Amino acid sequence: MKKWVGTALTTVLIISALTACGGNKNNTNAQQGANGNKAAAEANAELTVYTALEDDQIQTYLESYKAAHPNVKVNIVRDSTGVITAKLLAEKDNPVADVVWGTAATSLLVLDQNNMLEGYSPKGIENIQPEFKDKQEPAHWVGIDAWETAFAVNTAELKKKGLEIPKSYADLIKPEYKGLIVMPNPASSGTGFLTVNGLQQLMGDSDAWSYLDKLDQNIAVYTESGSKPAKMAGTGEYPIGISFGYRAIQEKKGGAPVEVVFPAEGSGWDVEANALMKKDNIKPEAKEFLDWAISEEPMKKYNENYAILAMKTDSSVIPEGYSKDPISQLVKLDLNKAAETRDATLAEWSKRYEAKSEKK
Amino acid sequence: MRLAKWHTAMLLKRGNGSWFERIAMLLMLAGLCVMILLPLFSLFSKAVTDKQGEYNGLENFIDYFSTPALLSSLQHTVYVSALTAILSVVLGFLFAFALTRTNVPGKMFFKTVSLLMLFAPTMMLGIGLTYLFGNQGLVTTGFFDALPFHWDIGLYGPTGIVMAEVMYTFPQACLILVVSLSFADFNLYEAAKTMGAGKGRIFFTITLPNMKYGLISSFFVCFTLAFTDFGAPQVVGGSYNVLATEIYKQVIGQQNMGMGATVGIILTLPAILAFIVDRFITSRQHAISARAVPYRISPSRKRDGFFLAFCIASSGMILLLIGTVFAASVIKIWPYNLSLSLKHYDFSKVAGGSLQPFWTSLRMSAWTAVIGTAVTFAGAYLIEKTKTLPVLRQAGYFLSILPLALPGIVLGLSYIFFFNKASNPMHGIYGTIWILVLANIAHFYSVAFVTATSALKKLDREIETASDSLGVPRYKTLLRVTLPLCLPAVLEMAMYFFINSMVTVSAVMFLYAADLKLASVSIVNMEDAGDIAPAAAMSTLIVMTNIGVRLLYEAVTHQIKKRTQAWQTREQ
Repeated sequence: MKKWVGTALTTVLIISALTACGGNKNNTNAQQGANGNKAAAEANAELTVYTALEDDQIQTYLESYKAAHPNVKVNIVRDSTGVITAKLLAEKDNPVADVVWGTAATSLLVLDQNNMLEGYSPKGIENIQPEFKDKQEPAHWVGIDAWETAFAVNTAELKKKGLEIPKSYADLIKPEYKGLIVMPNPASSGTGFLTVNGLQQLMGDSDAWSYLDKLDQNIAVYTESGSKPAKMAGTGEYPIGISFGYRAIQEKKGGAPVEVVFPAEGSGWDVEANALMKKDNIKPEAKEFLDWAISEEPMKKYNENYAILAMKTDSSVIPEGYSKDPISQLVKLDLNKAAETRDATLAEWSKRYEAKSEKK
Repeated sequence: MRLAKWHTAMLLKRGNGSWFERIAMLLMLAGLCVMILLPLFSLFSKAVTDKQGEYNGLENFIDYFSTPALLSSLQHTVYVSALTAILSVVLGFLFAFALTRTNVPGKMFFKTVSLLMLFAPTMMLGIGLTYLFGNQGLVTTGFFDALPFHWDIGLYGPTGIVMAEVMYTFPQACLILVVSLSFADFNLYEAAKTMGAGKGRIFFTITLPNMKYGLISSFFVCFTLAFTDFGAPQVVGGSYNVLATEIYKQVIGQQNMGMGATVGIILTLPAILAFIVDRFITSRQHAISARAVPYRISPSRKRDGFFLAFCIASSGMILLLIGTVFAASVIKIWPYNLSLSLKHYDFSKVAGGSLQPFWTSLRMSAWTAVIGTAVTFAGAYLIEKTKTLPVLRQAGYFLSILPLALPGIVLGLSYIFFFNKASNPMHGIYGTIWILVLANIAHFYSVAFVTATSALKKLDREIETASDSLGVPRYKTLLRVTLPLCLPAVLEMAMYFFINSMVTVSAVMFLYAADLKLASVSIVNMEDAGDIAPAAAMSTLIVMTNIGVRLLYEAVTHQIKKRTQAWQTREQ
């Protein structure tokens, strides 16, 4: 008899331990149900936003959204462009994201080709310049700004080595820079992809690959993120980082001995854009978020970081560190074509250089 | 840590248990199945499906072995792990020898220092090496040109990985080898000496053969740890790809789950081999004569001098590495502005996001410690104190020690496949903190289980018999006698769960939800984005926390031992 008391006790012990997880599970289920099914009252709405924007930008950008929508809980999933793209594609049948924010237009075009985006023209779309938004009506993607290739060059380290600051793509393949250059992997990094794509559309396909072959000789390592080359240049770990304008300028502002160089031939570029995910329950908050994302307040904030805004405006301030006319710095290119050839470009790239890429 | 501790615990195992309890046993088995077995099945089935989720047989494996870039990761991993294991065992042996067979002063200090690495995530070792031997490292630049020489060891690549892995596996090798060196029969040494055997001969005919199982076991432990580690190669691997980073790349970078699962299975092979070897060894290592006499250390200044130098050098390296990471975390801009600043501890502008990941880690680790200890102790109690239905008991035992053979990455992946299926009734825990807790409990289950088992085994079976005949219910005995007597073991389990949950990356990096980022994972993210100094700052926080928890544990155990264990003079 006594044995069974012990039995019961132990059973209770184990059950309670095991269901410590289970109990909470029910909770979460309930929450998810509420969110998914009846596109909840704004009261406790939750919004999942996928983005490739920089970590140090997101919180500042979101301030005005949070002020206007204090009750919406925004879950930010941030990663490099390539990773976010892969994640979205992998979740194709069961999308988790409600909206995509500030992610390369070339990636959004790939999603669109996979029929994953819902058309929605946010309020104020008429203020966006035509080349920075989808031509369809309603638009499947809408841009907020553009970003472009820039080199972050550590002047202190180059001085020690007695080397000149490289000014152009042509300079980068000079033998004296061997092992000093870091570049992002285009499969994971949006900056990597726009740089490779920029070269392709600038030089033509075969010339671009033979240029990249020569550049590969000088590359120390391919990084996963587009920011890392600039940060590595900042610490002097590798003195030349192929990165993007904002990040290189940030390094310089932070006090690192970095010179920001926009390549003489012209910079590759891409648009950071937003889109609405196609799914069964599209929340009204998702659309509101997209309206907000191209409104005046955040645009001002984008402009603090990026010289090229998607919005039509005569008074767009050129941020510190940029050349006078950032638009003339850009290579002429066709984003649709870039999206179409994205898969082939990435396959070719990894066939040629994968061995040297940093993991991921 | 878990393999080393496991081995130690097995060496100390003795005794046998008693009573049976059907329902609880079944429940425990069901729990273990959900926690371990079923997720593994999902992993295996995933390995034979393509990107679209269609069955494709062995296609993934064929793909793997015919893609040079992928295959090279296997070769790299084997090379790096073998080199690590050899170096770690040699260094660990010297260190253990110094601690057990010489009169080196300050043994407690050296022992403590050698264990410090157990409190650090492996990324931290990589980060420390970067600051020492990277292109802007202290050593590489000759302490910023303060020294007349520069020394560039070419850190990034296999050199860096092996260095980091040796530092990571060194304490594990030490733990095992100290135990096997302390099982010695001095009679043998005296006899050999009387017969005129020289020192070399004694070493090769008595010392080494006596500890051969310890050597083999530590080799396998180090090999497996290096084989499955993700953090160090991620930081100092440069363009040298290894299996663990390959899985990360396939799963996170390309969302190719099938290939991730395939590489995961390949990653498990040496761990399973190590597991089998270890089982085999522990089944043989019991024979130590009851008449054995403990080793007596003969005086020798030459020997002590050599080993003191060795201990100072290796402890110095460990302290230098940790010190460098601490220093780097408070330096404004390494190496251009060496003034001090706490700005890297403000995580709001980097991939960490805020200090939130640190709090989440604390919360998760605390839950893991509490629930994990309760579940594991209950499991061990059931298996230890039952005797009927030996088949179920055996199955339970096997499932309890199986996690030892599972690399964290593999466990984490299995959990995605198993719990993220909408058809799984437990799907709800996916994306919550509970899946992280569950994964950690499973990951570290075995060692805690063995700790509990050996504590229970030390208790006299008469306690249950006596309480039965006195008419005291079992649960009262459990609460009033068994549990208090096992309190030191319970605390050790809780500490073990906590510290490991704080530092682990591998099992949780695929499982955390957007709003539940963990400190260790944020180190990986920050490192990825190039924010090395904040990554160093987060590492510092984790190490400090773990040292704090360890000190707390020592203090509490000390108190308890003093008060309750006076009767138990027998050494554990």
